[in-house]
Amino acid sequence: MQKLLLHPAAKPVVFLLCLLPFAWLCYGVFTDSLGANPAEALIRSAGDWTLRFICIVLAVTPLRVMSGWTALARYRRMLGLFAYFYVVVHLLCYSVFDMDLDVPEIAKDIAKRPFILVGFAAFVLLTPLAATSFNRAIKWMGAKRWQWLHRLVYLIAGLGLLHFFWMRAGKNNFAEVFVYAGIIGALLAWRVVQALRRRLGPARVPRTGAVLQKR
Amino acid sequence: MPIRSRSNGFQHPLSSEITPRGVYEDRRALMKLMAGGAAGSVLAAWAGREALAQTPPPGKLAPLPGVPSKVAGAMSMDKLTDYKDASSYNNYYEFGTDKADPARNAHTLQTRPWNVEIEGLVKKPGKYAIEDLLKLSPMEERIYRLRCVEGWSMVIPWVGYSLSALINKVEPQPGAKFIEFVTLADKKTMPFVGSAVLDWPYTEGLRMDEAMHPLTLLAFGMYGEVLPNQNGAPVRIVVPWKYGFKSAKSIVKIRFLDKMPPTAWNKAAANEYGFYSNVNPNVDHPRWSQATERRIGDGSGLFAKRRKTEMFNGYEAQVGQLYAGMDLKANF
Repeated sequence: MQKLLLHPAAKPVVFLLCLLPFAWLCYGVFTDSLGANPAEALIRSAGDWTLRFICIVLAVTPLRVMSGWTALARYRRMLGLFAYFYVVVHLLCYSVFDMDLDVPEIAKDIAKRPFILVGFAAFVLLTPLAATSFNRAIKWMGAKRWQWLHRLVYLIAGLGLLHFFWMRAGKNNFAEVFVYAGIIGALLAWRVVQALRRRLGPARVPRTGAVLQKR
Repeated sequence: MPIRSRSNGFQHPLSSEITPRGVYEDRRALMKLMAGGAAGSVLAAWAGREALAQTPPPGKLAPLPGVPSKVAGAMSMDKLTDYKDASSYNNYYEFGTDKADPARNAHTLQTRPWNVEIEGLVKKPGKYAIEDLLKLSPMEERIYRLRCVEGWSMVIPWVGYSLSALINKVEPQPGAKFIEFVTLADKKTMPFVGSAVLDWPYTEGLRMDEAMHPLTLLAFGMYGEVLPNQNGAPVRIVVPWKYGFKSAKSIVKIRFLDKMPPTAWNKAAANEYGFYSNVNPNVDHPRWSQATERRIGDGSGLFAKRRKTEMFNGYEAQVGQLYAGMDLKANF
C-alpha cells in the first residue's frame, strides 16, 4: 500500500477521482438527467460532497497513524482543497440558481436565515485554511501558528453539520445527518483520545496502529 | 348600481376567453399581419387552446377524461408541467422523504377496493366506495398552478369535480364548521409510516367555506388518466390557492367537525405551518422567503429565473373574499 501511495501516478489518479463527482454533475446538467429540479439537485449534491470531503480529509491522520501508511500525509492537502472546491461550487450554485446572483438579496438571505448564516460562516472560516495551504505559508506563519489556524477545521465541520441539520429539520429527517455526525464525531473522538494519552504518558503513546491492535 | 353578492360578485370570464398577454402586447404587429393575411398561422395556437384543454394522456395508466371546467379560474393558461416531472418529483412522506422516493416506492399502494368514510356532523354518514364517488358528478379537467411551501411550483391538469358536490350529497349539519381529511397510513404497504417524520396518519383540514369553494377539487386523475399512486391515488384533494401540503392524498376518511382539526404539519412545527397556509408572498416561512418560486420544467432550463409568487397563488379574485378582514400574517 505504501508503495502504491508513493507511485508517481497515484496523486494524479486521486486528483481525478476527486473530480469525478463534479464531472458527474456536469454530465447531469448537459444530459438533463438531474431530475425535475436540476438547480436543487446541483446545490444539494455540491453540499453533500463538501461534507464528504471534510469527513475524508479528517480521516487521513487517524488512518495514517493506525495503518502506518505514512505516505497518506501527502494527500491531505489536496483532499482539504477539494473540500474547499466543493463548498465554492455549492455557494456558487446557490448564488446563481437560487438567488439569481443578486448580491444584496444574498446578503439579506444570509442575515435572515440562520441555517444559511451558519453555512456561510463555515465557508468564510474555511477560506483562510485554503489560502494558507502552500508550503511557504507554513514557513511564514510558523508551524505552530499554522497548525492552530488549521484546527479551525473542527469548528468548520461542526458548523457544516449544523447547517445540514437545520436544512433537514424541516422534514424531521435526520438519518443522513446522524451518519455524518457519527463519522465526524468518531474522527474527533479519536483525536481527543490521542491527545489525552499524550498528556497522561508520553512514553506510552503508540506510534502505529500495529501497536494499538496488539493491546 | 348592481348589488354585489357572493353569488354574482365574482363572475369572471373563462381564462380561455382572455386574450393571452403575448397576443395583446403584440396587437399592433398582429394588425399588420392581418392586413398581410398572415395572421392565421400566428393565431392558430391560441385558437387551438380550447381543443388542447383536454390534455393528451401520457398513456401510462387507465384513461379518465374530463370536460374543460367552467369554474372561474379553473383553467390556467400557464404551460403545463411535463407528466414525467409531475409524477417523479413528489412529496409523499409515507413513501419516503426524498422527492424521487414516492415514484420508486408507491407501487405497493393498493387502490382497490377503496372506501372513503364520511363521519361526524352529517346527515348521511357512511362508507362511500370509490366506484360510487367516481360517478357522483361529471369529471372536469382543471389546470391548476400548484405551489409547494418549499418554493417550487408546477402546472397540473387535474381530473375531478368540486368537493362541494360530495359535501352537498352527504348533507352537513348546521354545526359543521370544519372538515378534516384523514389519509391512508398502512404500515404494510407504506414503508415510511412509523418513521418519526410526522404523526401518522397524515391529516389535513379546511374551513367549511373553503371546502365548499368551487375551486376546491376532489381529484381522481391528472393528465387525462387516473392518478399515479405517488400523486395520491385513488382520490385526493387539490386546493390551488394553498401550499401543496394542504392537498391531502389518498383519502380514506372525511370528518365534519365543529372545531378546527389539528393538521399533520401544524402538529410537527406549529410556528412554520399554520392551519390556513394560503400561498402568500408577503408572509415568509421562518426559514426561507416565500416571495418567489421555481417553476419546475420551466422552458429556459437551469438558468430560468425564479418567478414572483402571487397572492393566493394567483387565485385572489376567486378566493380573496373568504379571508376578508382576516389578518393573514397572524393566520398564516
